[in-house]
Amino acid sequence: MTISQINENALKELKATRSVDDINALSVKYLGRKGALTLFLRNISNLPPAERPEAGKMANQVKKALETLFEEATAKFESVGQGMEDIIDVSLPGRTAQPGSLHPITQITGQVCDIFTRLGFNVAEGPEIESDYYNFEALNIPKNHPARDMQDTFYISENVVLRTHTSPMQVRFMEKHDPPVRIIAPGKVYRCDSDLTHTPMFHQVEGLLVDEGVSFGDLKGILTTFIHQMFDEEISLRFRPSFFPFTEPSAEVDILCVMCRGKGCRVCSQTGWLEVLGAGMVHPAVFENVKFDTSKFTGFAFGMGIERIAMLKYGIDDIRKYFDNDFRFLRQF
Amino acid sequence: MKVSLSWLNDYVDVTLDTPELAHELTMAGLEVEGVTDIYDHLENICVGKVLEVAPHPNADRLTLCQVDTGERTVQIVCGAPNVKADMVVPVALPGACMPSGMRIKKSKLRGEVSEGMLCSSKELQFDDDHAGIMSLDPSLTPGRPLAEALSLSDTMLEIGLTPNRPDCLGIIGIAREVAAVQKTKVKYPDADIADKENRINDLTSVKIEDPDHCPRYAARMVEGIKVGPSPKWLQERLNSIGVRPISNIVDITNYIMMETGQPLHAFDFDRLAENRIVVRLAKDGEKFVTLDEKERTLSAETLMICDGEKPVAVGGVMGGANSEIEDGTTRVLIESAYFNPISIRRTAKCLGLNTEASHRFERGVDPEGTVIALNRATMLISELGGGTIVGGLIDEHPKPSILPEIALSVMATNRLLGTGFNSDEISNFLTSIEFAVKSKNDEEMVVVPPSYRVDVERPEDLMEEVARLSGYNNIPTTSPVVRAQTELPGKSLVLRSTVRQLMTGFGFTEVINYSFIHRESCERLMLDEEDPRKSIIDIMNPLTEDHAVMRTSLVPGLLECMNRNIARQEKNLKLFEVGKTFIGKGQDSLPEEIEMLIGIWTGARDVSALHSIGEHCDFFDLKGVVEGLLKGLYANCVAFTRLDGGTCKYLRPGYTAGITVEGRNVGIIGEVAPAVLENYDLKQTAYIFELDLCRLNQLTLKPVQAQLIPKFPAISRDITLIINKGIESQQIRDAVKDMDETLVEDIHLFDVFEGGRISSDKKSLSFRIIYRSPDTTLEDEKANHIHKAISEKLIKAFNADLPG
Repeated sequence: MTISQINENALKELKATRSVDDINALSVKYLGRKGALTLFLRNISNLPPAERPEAGKMANQVKKALETLFEEATAKFESVGQGMEDIIDVSLPGRTAQPGSLHPITQITGQVCDIFTRLGFNVAEGPEIESDYYNFEALNIPKNHPARDMQDTFYISENVVLRTHTSPMQVRFMEKHDPPVRIIAPGKVYRCDSDLTHTPMFHQVEGLLVDEGVSFGDLKGILTTFIHQMFDEEISLRFRPSFFPFTEPSAEVDILCVMCRGKGCRVCSQTGWLEVLGAGMVHPAVFENVKFDTSKFTGFAFGMGIERIAMLKYGIDDIRKYFDNDFRFLRQF
Repeated sequence: MKVSLSWLNDYVDVTLDTPELAHELTMAGLEVEGVTDIYDHLENICVGKVLEVAPHPNADRLTLCQVDTGERTVQIVCGAPNVKADMVVPVALPGACMPSGMRIKKSKLRGEVSEGMLCSSKELQFDDDHAGIMSLDPSLTPGRPLAEALSLSDTMLEIGLTPNRPDCLGIIGIAREVAAVQKTKVKYPDADIADKENRINDLTSVKIEDPDHCPRYAARMVEGIKVGPSPKWLQERLNSIGVRPISNIVDITNYIMMETGQPLHAFDFDRLAENRIVVRLAKDGEKFVTLDEKERTLSAETLMICDGEKPVAVGGVMGGANSEIEDGTTRVLIESAYFNPISIRRTAKCLGLNTEASHRFERGVDPEGTVIALNRATMLISELGGGTIVGGLIDEHPKPSILPEIALSVMATNRLLGTGFNSDEISNFLTSIEFAVKSKNDEEMVVVPPSYRVDVERPEDLMEEVARLSGYNNIPTTSPVVRAQTELPGKSLVLRSTVRQLMTGFGFTEVINYSFIHRESCERLMLDEEDPRKSIIDIMNPLTEDHAVMRTSLVPGLLECMNRNIARQEKNLKLFEVGKTFIGKGQDSLPEEIEMLIGIWTGARDVSALHSIGEHCDFFDLKGVVEGLLKGLYANCVAFTRLDGGTCKYLRPGYTAGITVEGRNVGIIGEVAPAVLENYDLKQTAYIFELDLCRLNQLTLKPVQAQLIPKFPAISRDITLIINKGIESQQIRDAVKDMDETLVEDIHLFDVFEGGRISSDKKSLSFRIIYRSPDTTLEDEKANHIHKAISEKLIKAFNADLPG
């Protein structure tokens, strides 16, 4: 046997050891008085003189290496044997408290506000109980106008309502600030409606940008950026004409259905599209109410329902779940 | 608005296929919300040939029919007397769903197998004939789908119209939009009546007493008519868009309303007292019975159509029972009017009546379409009712409408839209929908909208038309150029978001409850009469009793939420909510809105049962959260002081503390009172805290100033005092602080002990006092000296004993 064969055999057998005893036996077999390596060293004088120094050197290297390996293996088996009482079950649950979670509506509102504040919008807030003037009149929805039918209103008195949209903030803000105006206004809104797809309270985010030279093209640009950030860069969207008394032209923004990718399904009522935003260029009547110079300034406004966006983002099927506050539901977010 | 394709084709040749048509209309602002096959109820209904009819062995009135349904011959049990061999009939096969909602399946009738149903024409909604099985053309091949065999194919589009487009409340209006999209022309139906005489003025008259409410009233008459059912084509038309046929005269007025958007009304002329029409306002409190046989009380603002003596219709809303067309009616007066939209809307709201007519009038009908619709209806009534038109037209028109002339700037249009249209392009868009363009040059044009576009008043309205017709998606998408300026978020936003972060960090989950609560919530919380939270705000039109008033406290919502969760076996809850409460300030003023934070902890201290088996959370668990929260908000001088029983009845006396920051009340913490738990049907102890975020806003998140870190080591000394139970530990800490010893850095409690050798009215408190000098290493002796002095003062002040 050559020295490298001895080494190979020893290493192979070392792998198969299971205990300190196995190692001891192996040590005797190779390094003992009659061990293979000892015998090799003893017989080195039988080799041709030219080969002896090299063979001796190699044999000694192997011997040293094996000694170290056997020692390490012994130590390993010993430590396992002794350490059994001193280990912990790391799979037991930790003691520290679990974090709670933020309501999905809060999270989505936060994401929407984040995107718009990065685009240069500031957050503004206003009252949830509004005067008829701010909720309707100032937004070009006079009393006895059929557009009032678009929103089922909770009344506190003849002239005080639970705000039906976050749009009153447009007027409140413009009354106090000169252009340029760049705000978003998140908050609770109320409508007298309750079924599978409506709750009497829900959340909206309103947006308003007024400056010189703001166009419908800019409205498309900002909202396209928003949708791409909120959903994904690839999602298709479309703008189609609609009507809001406080914008002209008015638009609704649809995204390709996130569930069926446009094929048509229950979520998108087979249309392939989902309405996510209402928007438009600020109506001159609204500007007149806040005394903005309409020959100089133009602007756009938009609004979206947070529940709807959260439903699409999280795959929530029933809007009532948001306010039922089932702990098992909330904990998922 | 419902439109059937076949009807639409009367006024425009629809060349687009249905999906394209739906898409194009949607993109033009007429959102198609649904597309349905009008004959989809005929699915699984085929042509069958009766081969053999035999009596049913177990029933006298039933027969056993062998019916050839194409692929095979089936046995069907039939109850109709007219069924006989060789008859070709409609067969509903298993799987068919009848318009009545009945599903056809293979079954046994009186012991005999029946694999389908032979149908009457009523069962298939063709007409009212239910006398027997419908007999089909014998040449039809058995097995063919019935809809195909009878060439029944039509599609109904349901269009969600926005309130600004009353012009599309008639099918011609939709046809105009289709024509604009297809770049084709509208085929207007013939509406000319060549009057050879003017006899109508001899028979009747129309007098408008209130032109503001009724700017126009036109009428014609047809005599010698015969009231009866409408012809089948008319009934089908009405059925196709969901209007129930009644009789030829009424059906025609409905038909023309659907065609033109102009509501019409037909009076039985011979039931009109003095044979004349007077249009006037009602007297306050006047009673009137409408067509639906309900008695209505009118107000002085209600516009009434009257005869020589009495009201006969609520103008623009609903006719009266007293002038209704009856079977024997031979002379009719047909009304076509333009009513003031606001007046009609008020009346409809006031009477709680929303009719097809009021829906159109309140949105605004075409002021110039009055006579066209009238002529159409008159012609059709004379044609289908077999009467003759009384020559002449009454057209009272005291307040003619004036069409606006709108100056439109090319530059302003492009500026608003972000487009580069030239004058010709803009003008072409507008003329494609029948807008008249006058005096156009490169910069500007004067546009007159058609009379039916009552929504178009301003240049911006025209710009919208341009945008709409060019296609919103063809307008270039650009990015606004904005000035670089920014503003940090307001403090209340930062506070709210920090609170949310900290609370979730403490393991609390956020809830959002409704802002409305039950009217009796204040009683359930046992709030005192003078509590400001008793100033609740009622909702005039609440949806339910549970949601009848605006919340003045977040507690009821959270306790109800706890109740729901416990019912679902979620018993360990750490919840919080950030939201507004609403305190009433009188009827017509806006209330005070106060933003509050509320937290609740109930159930286990640690949900991981492994480490703390069954330990229930307590007051101090929640207090620790509040302390941590206020620390995280950089609040200074936070104190908790016991509130006397009665201060806050919904919390348990003795287990309740007020929370102050810098001496100002900011909130409350405590255990929910047992009686309140009972009011909310809760059996499990719960701890809650409430913080007023409006107040915290002024007291927290102040800028931090870094302090020097001490250079010299501290020395600590302990003292244990046995004192009366009633003394609070805070009093001792305060006493030490009040001594103003400059070397005292801090004092904290590290042990509380009761029982054992200590008498039952006493407790033992152990404090550690930290001494440090800012400019030298403190010597033991000096510390001992001060500590002794402090100890003696405390023993004296609190009448304390030392242990041992």
